[in-house]
Amino acid sequence: MKPISVYTGKAAVIDRANIDTDQIIPKQFLKRIERTGFGEFLFFDWRFDSEGNERKDFELNQPQNKGAGILIAGENFGCGSSREHAPWSLQDYGFDIVIAPSFADIFQNNCFKNGMLPIALKKEEVRNLMDAAEQEGHEITIDLKSQTVSDNKGFTAKFDIHPYWKEMLLNGWDEISITLKYGKQIDEYENRESPVSTI
Amino acid sequence: MKKSIIEKIWDRHIVYQEENKPDLLYIDLHYIHEVTSPQAFEGLRLKGRKLRRPDKTFATMDHNVPTIERYFIKDEIARKQLSALEQNCKEFGITLADLDSPDQGIVHVIGPELGLTKPGMTIVCGDSHTSTHGAFGTIAFGIGTSEVEHVFATQTLWQTKPKTLKLEITGKLGNGVTAKDVILYVISKYGVNFGTGHIIEYCGDVIRNMSMEERMTVCNMSIEGGARAGLVSPDETTFSYLKGRKHSPKGEEFEKYVQDWKSLASDEGAMFDTEIVIDGSEISPMVSWGTNPGMASPVDGHVPNHKEDKEADKSLQRALEYMGLSEGMPITEIPVQHVFIGSCTNSRIEDLRQAAEVVKGKKVYEGVKAMIVPGSQSVKRTAEEEGLDKIFIEAGFEWRESGCSACLGMNPDIVPAGEHCASTSNRNFEGRQGSGARTHLVSPAMAAAAALHGKFVDIRELRGSRGQAELAY
Ligand code: SF4
Repeated sequence: MKPISVYTGKAAVIDRANIDTDQIIPKQFLKRIERTGFGEFLFFDWRFDSEGNERKDFELNQPQNKGAGILIAGENFGCGSSREHAPWSLQDYGFDIVIAPSFADIFQNNCFKNGMLPIALKKEEVRNLMDAAEQEGHEITIDLKSQTVSDNKGFTAKFDIHPYWKEMLLNGWDEISITLKYGKQIDEYENRESPVSTI
Repeated sequence: MKKSIIEKIWDRHIVYQEENKPDLLYIDLHYIHEVTSPQAFEGLRLKGRKLRRPDKTFATMDHNVPTIERYFIKDEIARKQLSALEQNCKEFGITLADLDSPDQGIVHVIGPELGLTKPGMTIVCGDSHTSTHGAFGTIAFGIGTSEVEHVFATQTLWQTKPKTLKLEITGKLGNGVTAKDVILYVISKYGVNFGTGHIIEYCGDVIRNMSMEERMTVCNMSIEGGARAGLVSPDETTFSYLKGRKHSPKGEEFEKYVQDWKSLASDEGAMFDTEIVIDGSEISPMVSWGTNPGMASPVDGHVPNHKEDKEADKSLQRALEYMGLSEGMPITEIPVQHVFIGSCTNSRIEDLRQAAEVVKGKKVYEGVKAMIVPGSQSVKRTAEEEGLDKIFIEAGFEWRESGCSACLGMNPDIVPAGEHCASTSNRNFEGRQGSGARTHLVSPAMAAAAALHGKFVDIRELRGSRGQAELAY
């Protein structure tokens, strides 16, 4: 996983609440057995009409939003199914960072596991950023070390992140390799608890 | 210290704990299916890692299997996904309920049915409705594919302790009101993210009086309220459900387990981060009218009117436009062209019995396409033994093979754009049942009634004064 520390770039805005993972990546694209290449299907039913033409009124199709690396959206982003195809498609499309007032739990976890940063800010702060992002030349800087979001128009805000995930993202670590170092503790647990027999 | 059942189960599963870290939690049981596992197996192979406990892993094929001519899978990518699961299970030594297995079905239906899910366990699956298994007094939650791989390799997950939420439903339910209506009501009242960051304990007389299948329906939709998990502490209803199931402990051993399971209840006076109390008698049969499960009204109510709050109004307008409905419209005027009775929320035998009771001797309304998709092969067999299949077929329903089917329409079972579907599933998101499809979430009895009338009808009026006892067949 590639580490994240500081990122500066343009943001795209989808000003809707409760954007669910069925919208982020519709089910017809979940049949692939690969992890890559999901970007072209991101928000598929919102981006394209039934003939496959770009819908002009969808935010990501508007010229000012092209090439953005940050996505700003409404509350409860990523609700619904646990499909990790959602962060995969966002990342593959070019979004490593999502800013919203709140995130669904499973989606948030899935982001961390893929070196993506979901940032929860206060509602008013997200609103301010959404408005500012409409201006020409607007850029946002994310600094994970100091846990700040700022822009080139004087906005700054702090965000929370669990120290565990912060360390993981800053270093780009692979979580499984770390956990495998606890093999002894897992063995001990299994010997001690002999957990309920199953299959 | 007084502990809730959530804390009791959690604490028993801590493998390692350190400040500033999530807890390393042991996972007792890992369910997998074809859609969210292939990349996890691939990850293991790429790194040359072993699967730690194949004996605690159980696989089924459910999400994209056809429900007619099930061995004839036209979609090549779907077929590839199914054969990938088969090969992966063989390679890593995992038990698989494939299409030939008498046990095959939706993962959240067969797990409990086979007695795999047991009180006190931690259970995960790459599927958000894993919360269903909480009905047995387990901490059960959905995970992403990276976490699936993590459990494969280590049988553990790093988890921060969630907050706890006590949701008490007191009193009694009215006639015609089911478990599905209870959970739809809760979500419509408190919103689609009231449970975010929490595990819910459902309790109160209404929950205590529910069967295991009804409790599963409630726990199933915890995720629609934002909670990754929801549970009910086990009791005699739980134990008698589990007794004699294929993977339940046998004989004296079973009794030993029961003694332990009895300790899985919240201590009197245990503290919760959030508490909600609802009077069961205020709940009516519910119908969702919008594009998330919180957008639902009582069947004798209306589609809401213009909202003062600008943001709320914007999502209301968007939802109504997608659903082709207008403000203030009575729910009973919404036309229905499709009916889907199935999914991990409502495809168990009791659900089918309730639907059959409504349908018996009647005909599906002209032009309505209605289908029944049993949750598992076992549910299907039982229904056929009871003659329910005949009742449905005679009324004009299609009687299908088990799978997820039109709940998410990954297989060919989809609802055409612009048409309304009365569905017993759990999600009414845009496009969920097909691009442009308009889903209305309801209970099995309400779905069956809609099939007969081509619109939503109040099941209480249909039954006249007949009560809940008869509704339960
Ligand atoms: S029935 Fe629907 S909600 Fe349940 S596991 Fe299958 S797709 Fe998911």
